[in-house]
Formats: sequence, structure tokens, C-alpha cells
Amino acid sequence: MYFNVFGKKVSRAQWKQMLNAQKNRRELIAARLDRRELFKLGLLTSGGYLVAKSGLSAWADGGCDPGTCQLGCSPPTTPFVDPLTISPVLPERQLSDPGFAMAPTVCPNSAINPANGLPFEGRGQFNGVLRPGTDCFQFFNQFPPQKFFIERMRQNTNFRITSDPRIPPQTIWGFNQGGTDPTTDPAIFPGPTIVTRYQTPMLVRRFNELPSGAPAGGFGVPETSTHLHNFHSGPESDGGPCRWFFRGQYFDYYHTMQQAGFSFDFPPNGDVNESLSTLWYHDHRVDHTAENVYKGLAGFHLIFNQFDTGDETTGFHLPSFFSTPQFDVPLFLADKLIDPGTGQLCFDTFGFDGLVGDKFLVNGKIQPFFEVQKRRYRFRVLDGGPSRFYQFFLTNPDNPSQSIPFWQIANDGNLLPQPIQITSARIGVAERVDIIVDFKQIAQTFGATRLWLENRLEQTNGRAPTGNILPAGQIQNALVEFRIVGNPVADGSVDPATGPRFYNLPSTTPTPRITRNFKFERSNGQWAINGQFMDCNTIRFTVQRNSVEKWVLENSSGGWQHPIHIHLEEFQILSINGQPPPSSPLVQTGRKDVVRLEFGTTVELFFRFRDFRNDYPMHCHNTIHEDHAMMLLWQVQDVGDSNTEP
Amino acid sequence: MVAMTRRRWLATLGLAPLAGALTTEAAGTQQQQNTFESIPPRELLRRRHFPNSELVTHQGKKVHFYDDLIKDRKVVINFMYAKCEGICVPVTANLVKVQKLLKGRVGRDIFMYSITLKPEEDTPGVLKKYAQTFHVGPGWLFLTGRPSDIESLRRKLGFAYADPVEDADKSNHVGMLRFGNETFARWAACPGQAHADWIVISILSEVDGPTRTAMK
Repeated sequence: MYFNVFGKKVSRAQWKQMLNAQKNRRELIAARLDRRELFKLGLLTSGGYLVAKSGLSAWADGGCDPGTCQLGCSPPTTPFVDPLTISPVLPERQLSDPGFAMAPTVCPNSAINPANGLPFEGRGQFNGVLRPGTDCFQFFNQFPPQKFFIERMRQNTNFRITSDPRIPPQTIWGFNQGGTDPTTDPAIFPGPTIVTRYQTPMLVRRFNELPSGAPAGGFGVPETSTHLHNFHSGPESDGGPCRWFFRGQYFDYYHTMQQAGFSFDFPPNGDVNESLSTLWYHDHRVDHTAENVYKGLAGFHLIFNQFDTGDETTGFHLPSFFSTPQFDVPLFLADKLIDPGTGQLCFDTFGFDGLVGDKFLVNGKIQPFFEVQKRRYRFRVLDGGPSRFYQFFLTNPDNPSQSIPFWQIANDGNLLPQPIQITSARIGVAERVDIIVDFKQIAQTFGATRLWLENRLEQTNGRAPTGNILPAGQIQNALVEFRIVGNPVADGSVDPATGPRFYNLPSTTPTPRITRNFKFERSNGQWAINGQFMDCNTIRFTVQRNSVEKWVLENSSGGWQHPIHIHLEEFQILSINGQPPPSSPLVQTGRKDVVRLEFGTTVELFFRFRDFRNDYPMHCHNTIHEDHAMMLLWQVQDVGDSNTEP
Repeated sequence: MVAMTRRRWLATLGLAPLAGALTTEAAGTQQQQNTFESIPPRELLRRRHFPNSELVTHQGKKVHFYDDLIKDRKVVINFMYAKCEGICVPVTANLVKVQKLLKGRVGRDIFMYSITLKPEEDTPGVLKKYAQTFHVGPGWLFLTGRPSDIESLRRKLGFAYADPVEDADKSNHVGMLRFGNETFARWAACPGQAHADWIVISILSEVDGPTRTAMK
């Protein structure tokens, strides 16, 4: 018996044709035929589809019936038709705003809303059930909030991922800018960028106003928990997996905006060398994170301080964020599939392996272009998942054989001690890389008038990348096209080649109180950590507050790779398979909050766990694996345990 | 709604002539507009995941998978086989606990289905004996059927591995539970060997979640 990728029975002849189709497709790609040439050969229609001859795509092999959601089935789209969009900065709100009619409180507002029988605020719930007396904000009175924000999670039925007229408006879920009028303030993806400063405590109130009933496209669950990825937050504001809240409720997320160590070894404001720069917020609802984030519930959160100022005339002199135009631009990468029958983004909630898409969205648009000036830019590149690993390069499409260098200044959004020159960077889901690209120099040295940020890491399923680096200059792998315009312009930003210093790395010499070992495994299609599965009611071990630990993470799951994320504090990699982490060709040094467990990899991580108490998760950030129990909970208390294999 | 056939779909793209024979002439300079249909979420999931295959219960009753077991229901689904020496025993034993923890709801508004991976061996009689061995309560059906139907069902429900070698090893079969609320197109999964009390919380949050907040 033979099956196509959709589980549909096919004859042996059809099956062979499918294999042949795959081969044809690869050859066509390898031959780098462009649209015009394909058209001449009669292999492409004016609509952009490869014709059904011998099957040249999954679409053509008879598998792509309306309703299927599979790699290779998305309808064609034209790259570079939309300018890059940059999400607006979330506006600050006053406490007099109607959204704050109920003032924020240290302990949750658990009064019952007569309209729905639920507590007004979702904070204080665990597994959807109120636990009275829990989840009061830690350190709230020491650092009372000074800035207030509101976001409303809503549906938007008219969201464009491309202005290519062949693709209809999409129904997404997203965050808005806190207003109540959906026509002037619709939910968007990525959500508004939250911009905050260290030492200015803040509070963001999120309203869950997602729709009820069967969700468009058959995916998305209107219960959410918004995690601020990488920030040093108390569990009550961390947006962990078990603290979801319901539509009809709000949830106040409060952040001290102090660096780690503020209550322990670096009073009163924390260790400046633990400053974080590029963070993101995203849904974390247990069992449903992948579909909810895919549907749009995510955005950037950037933090500035006296060094990383957002103004290139001050501090570290990094390209300006607050100028117009801005030269510090976040790039949210997300790969998607489109249902060939409905033209809508699709997501298979029945898949266990992970989802890789065939449409690359950057800041919510399919393969946008971005006009850049001849000067330096800072890009903050985020792998927004759900499953794909990227290795991105700068490609001159008019001369793809050129190897074009750029500078990496941050790993996982945390500034490195100094810039490192690279020609490519690899990121797994949730990892971030901040880079400096000097378009003036590249235009001069390489004669480039346009550049692609190009993903050349081959990945054909949700398990792992193949490891193959694809040839440069293939248009389907382009993420964004930079168009270098105009004459060289004034550039007040620091030249990374001059070796500027940023933050020092916190020392890793203190002796850990304990070393804990974790095996990331798979048996009978079930994801496990040390043979156990995610369970909101089980806390697996207790870290002693204000102590140092070493964690050893081992990938023993065979042909899979896992980007592992640990909440509360970032770590430093001490070793990868016994070797110190390299800074070339791929940068594994610096402070990180996600570590890629590649095939057969064992890593040693150095942690300080400071300031906050209570429970946090560690999990695989391939969000499909995460949703299928590759996660555990641990906690911080004044007395730690000695469980070395929890 | 009229089901859209592949031919109709091709027609909307202006590709129908190409489905039979390769047309070498350019199809014109006009941009073709795609014609998309709107598929309601439940219908979409039905097409993708829920064939209406005829199955037989351990009580010998003929049922249709979608119409009789899935439509409008809150369900828990797993795969097993009677002579399995691997995880079937711990998973089934765990599900017995789950059934008890769900109190009287199984059979009333929640239904449990265990589908055999070896329909050639697992006749209704074999499955009945298996159910009796584990003292399963009412509202939990063990299901068998034509091998080709079971195989298609297994794939559509996502219980197959992408790697054919791995997939062929039945002792290594997927030990996950799939549960959901068909009315709300809401589905999730968790390991069959997770703690029973957590499985129950997970199931209830899927099946009851939508109605907890059915305001507005």
C-alpha cells in the first residue's frame, strides 16, 4: 500500500510519480530557472503554478485538495511586492484611561464579574482555576510601576500578509495598541513593539477579547498566557504555561525593570552586565502555544538603558531606534503554510513533529522589501517559529557567489562583550541575533544595489534541519530584500570594526551548588525530559534562591533537534560536547536564554537564579514539541533540593 | 456546501486544460485570480482528519467514525492492540484511572475510543475480552475495522511517523492521546503515560473550556 503525504491511498504508479515530482522540483530549483524561463518551457502558467505535468510539486501530485495544510501546497506568491512593515511602538497610557477603570493592584483583582461569572482579572488562576491568595506581584512596593500600557487580544479578519491580489485577506489573532475601536486600532501581527527602559518599572494590562466558537481555520484557543521571553520576572507576571486566562478577563503583567541580582549581589538595581535588549512577548498557553503564536499572538519588547540608548549619539552609539527613519529595526521571522482551498493561513493541530512553512513572513508580510540608506543599521532578527531553524546570510542576488560579512552584536538579544564579524548566523525558534549591517560599505566593496537576507539552511520537516547549506541566491529562500538607495548619508553610529566594548560577561567561576542532568528524549512518539512528561501539577525540583547551578542538557532523541528555553535568568554555555562554545563560524558565546540541542549534543549551562520565588518552566521551543509535553516545571525557594536528575 | 472537487478547483485557476495535456502556448497575459472557497472550521477538520469509515465496536455494533463517534461530541482517542507488550498496558491502565476520575461523564457527554492497530487480530471478540480484563466502564469503545480503513484513520488522526521504518514498528506506535470538542473545532493531545490527574485536567480544559466563557 502506498500513501501520499496526506495519508491518502495512492497507486504504486502515482507514488512513483510523486517521488519523480520531488526530483523534478529539486532539479528545477538547482537549475535556477526563473519564472520567464519556466514560462517559456511551458512549465509555468501565468497564474504562477507549476503545471501538472509529471507533477512538479505536491500541489500537482494530486495531494493538495482544498483543506490540506502541507509543505509545498501553498499557492504561489510574488516576492518583494510589499515594503517591510515596522510595528508601531505601543503607546503609554495614563491610569485615567477607561481601560484602567479598575486600578492595578498588588494582589489579583479576583472579584467576580457578573457579566460572565469569572474573576475580573485572570492573575491568580492556575490551570484555569482561581487559587486565592497567590500571585501577588513580588517587589511591587519596592519598585512601583511608573509606566502603564494596555493591549487587547482580538481577532482581525482583514489582515494582509501580502498585497499580491491572488492571496485574500487573512483572519488572525493579535494584540492591538490598547484602544477599543477596532477600525482605528485593529489587532496586528507582529503586535505593537513594547519599548521600555531599565529602572522604569512598568505594567501592561492585557485584555483577552478573542472570539468564542470554532476558530477560523480550525486552530487557536481563546485562552492565553503572555510570556515576556527572556525577562527577569516573577512567575505571576512571567506568562508561564499554566497561568492562562479566559476571554472576558484582563491580566496585569508587572515588571520591575531591574537587572538580575537587584535583591542579592547587585543591590539595589541589579547587575548592569545582565542587561537585556531584544525580547519578545508571545502566548504560552499549555498545549496550545504553537497554534496561538502562529495565529499572531506575539510581538517584540525592547529594553534600553544608559548604554544601549536607542540614540546613536549617546551610550554605546548603536544605530538609532528613536530617529525617523529608524536605523534599528526588529525583524520577526515566521514561516507559514497557506491552505490551497481557502487561501488562508493553515495550521495542522494534529501534527506531532513540528510545522515548517513554505512562505517566509518578515514582520507579518511575505518576503517584503526594505529601502535602506547607505549607512549602518541594527537588525534584531527573531525566529518566531513554530519549528524552523534558520541560517541566514546576506546575499547579493546579482552576484550570489560573494561572501558578504556583517557584525553580530547580540546573542538572544543580549549584547556580546564586543561585535563579532560573521558571514552567517544560525537561530532556532525563539533565538534572536542582533546584527549590524553597513550598507554603505557593502555597496562600495561588493557593488551591491540590493541584498537578500537569505535563509540557506535546508529543512523539510519539523524534526530538524538537514544540515545542508543551500546554494546562495534562490529567490524562494529570500526573507527580505534590502534595496540600497541614495548617496551615502551621515552615520553617527559606532563602526563595529573599531572594536567597541559593550557589557562584560558575568563571571562563571563560582562553584555551582548543584549540577542537574536532563535528557531530552522521545519514546512511542511522546516527548519527555528524564522520562517524564509536562504536568502543571508537578514541580520537578527546587532551586535555592540566589544560588549558582550547573545544568547539563543532553539530546538523546535521535534524529531531532530541540531549541531549549529556560525562564527567569539567562545562562552562559560552558561547553558543547566537552568543548568550549565557539564564537566562529557560529556564535555560541555570550548570555543566552535558548540553547540549540543539535543531534547527539550535550551542553553544560551556567546559571545564577536570583531575586524571584516560585515556579518557572524549561521547555523545547519547537512549540509543537512544547505543546506535546516536552516541558517541565521547577521552582525557586529559599531552600533548594539536591535532585541531580529531576 | 458543495464539495469542491479537484477538477473544479483547477477550473477556477484556469488550469483545467492542463490537467489532461500539457499546453505549450502561454495562457495569456492576464493575471489569473484564484478563487478560494470559505470552509467552516469544523468542516475543514472533518475533511482533513475525520473519515466516515465504518468501524465495529467491541460490542459488535457497526458505527461510522465521523457521524456516530465524532460529530458534536467530546472525545478522547488513542491507538492500541490487544497483544501489545509495550506501552498499551500502562496506557490502558492509565485510561482506566482517567475514566474513573471523569466520574460519570464518560458515556454521558465524554466518549473514549481506543482504536486497534492490528485489525487482523483484534476482532470485536478479542477487544471485548481486552475491555473486560481492564474493567473498562461504559462510554469507552474499542474499535476495529477493515485494515485499509484503520490505516487511513491512523494517518488522518496524526498517529503515523514520517519515517516509514519507524512507522512500521508497531511496538513503537504513538502513545499519545488525542482529545477534543468537535463542536468548537478544539483539539489537543498529551502523552498516554502522563499522570492521570493531569490528563483529566487537560481533557476537561478542552471539552469544557469553550462553555466556561460562552458570554456575549
